[in-house]
Amino acid sequence: MILTAPTDWSPLRISLETSVTATAITLVAGLAAAAWRQRRGGPAIAFVDGVFLLPLVLPPTVVGFLLLLLFGRNGPLGKLLLSLGTTVVFSWPATVIAAAVVSFPMMYLSARAALEQVDSRLLEAGRTLGASEWRVFYAIALPLAWPGVLAGTILSFARALGEFGATLMLAGNIPGRTATIPIAIYFAVEADDVKTAIGWCLIDLAISLVLLGSLYYWTHAKGLGPSRAGRR
Amino acid sequence: MALEIQIAKKLPEFTLDVSFTADDAPVGVLGPSGAGKTMLLRCIAGLERPDYGRIALGGRTLFDTERRIRVPARDRRVGMLFQHYALFPHRTVAENVAFGLSHLPRGEQAARASALLERTHASGLDGRYPRELSGGEQQRVALARALSIEPEALFLDEPLSALDTHLRSQMEAQLQETFATYRRPVLLVTHNIEEAYRLGERLLVLSRGRVAAFGAKEDIFRRPPSLEAARLTGCKNFSRARPISENTVEALDWNCRLRVAQALPRLASHVGIRAHHIDFVESSGASALEENVFPCWLVRSSETPFRITLYLRLHHPPTDSGEYHLQAEVFKEKWERFRDRPLPWRVRLSPDSLFLLPE
Repeated sequence: MILTAPTDWSPLRISLETSVTATAITLVAGLAAAAWRQRRGGPAIAFVDGVFLLPLVLPPTVVGFLLLLLFGRNGPLGKLLLSLGTTVVFSWPATVIAAAVVSFPMMYLSARAALEQVDSRLLEAGRTLGASEWRVFYAIALPLAWPGVLAGTILSFARALGEFGATLMLAGNIPGRTATIPIAIYFAVEADDVKTAIGWCLIDLAISLVLLGSLYYWTHAKGLGPSRAGRR
Repeated sequence: MALEIQIAKKLPEFTLDVSFTADDAPVGVLGPSGAGKTMLLRCIAGLERPDYGRIALGGRTLFDTERRIRVPARDRRVGMLFQHYALFPHRTVAENVAFGLSHLPRGEQAARASALLERTHASGLDGRYPRELSGGEQQRVALARALSIEPEALFLDEPLSALDTHLRSQMEAQLQETFATYRRPVLLVTHNIEEAYRLGERLLVLSRGRVAAFGAKEDIFRRPPSLEAARLTGCKNFSRARPISENTVEALDWNCRLRVAQALPRLASHVGIRAHHIDFVESSGASALEENVFPCWLVRSSETPFRITLYLRLHHPPTDSGEYHLQAEVFKEKWERFRDRPLPWRVRLSPDSLFLLPE
């Protein structure tokens, strides 16, 4: 029997805490960016789109290195944080930053597509009925775009959970603090601890299956029932 | 309450350039597809921004380029019935109608929503979702929703075009009832001449972004102010015309002289007559001298269930080209009476039915 339960469960806790926090940040930021994008036009938008999608096309190590330059001792944000008496590099917040940045494009793309699909006449109807732009967004656009946004959230969560390269660059491998499951697997393999590596792999597999299952459920169930997304 | 409009907006195909003032009588906005009708409504409702001009509703200025006023759509208090109703699919009927009442306490919202639904004969639909409703029910709900904000003007964009013929007449009656109690400016966009006539008291005829006619519907149909207005209100027969004397014109395309009842307007360039005003008279030697009576030959015909359209050529038998001078529309009963008579038949273009048109 090569399987044994991991003796140290902290990578699971860190991974879940990181992914949940990063996904929450991405959800808000991605929705805000997509909503903002929808109200703008022109050539500048193509540039902004490009910047938003960079983390998707860049190798995670490059993203991690750029973040390190940004948050490092001599980076603009690093200096700012240092003047406030803190630093994020090689700490738990770094795992969140890395995961959020890398999963942001998933959320942005899904939210953008979902919001674009909403019939603009419904938004206009809302306006003629006296609703503010904010109310038009949360009471009409968001509930109708919800299935797509939710699918984006699940994809972002999965991406955050699997994040390795950027996390290692920015947060390192500090057991109990920044060592997420992917990092634990890498260092277990490097230390020839195959049993631990396989154990974490199976746990990751289980989580992924659950995520894919819920993604399937949400994308296929959205056509059923009177738009369950609209019910609060 | 008056709705004053004077706006210009450049569109890809033409410039929308419209000025008129609507009072509390419903206005049928008539014009072919793409004449700018919907754009006009959207500009007034604040969903599009005109390049230039002024919009005022009951003393409130909603838009004024010179004074840099642009009231957002949400503050214009204009009820809009969209072409396909635009009901919120994720909200129940009651929630749809209550959407514009969010400033009221919950209990009152529900009470108002039911009252509105009752007013548009849509009671009992409260808990349903829009996709569970028929086209007619959707329209009643959309109307209740548009009225929920107690709008100071009501705009309807092709309200009946999505309905089948049977529902159409029902909904027309419903709209007439609503207009009768509403008594504030109403603009009803349609490309259906009869619908515009039945539902509007006044007509605004739009053509490529411009006002071809505006006024009481009876006047526009009896005496269209322009060739374009005549054509857009369904007149089929025109001829270039040259004045001969005080009440005689020469119809150049019809090769005949016509006596007209109307005093000759100075710039009259065309004479026209509506298809159903063309009269067929019995052949008899004596009537040959009758005024405005001419021999004609049938070129071809086309039938609808109750009426027939006859394409006629004046003075000479038809040629192979199928050219015709006049389109006449008669009821089948009447058609049965003279269809077997030998050609030529004799048409009478009554002076009272002829109208003179400036270009």
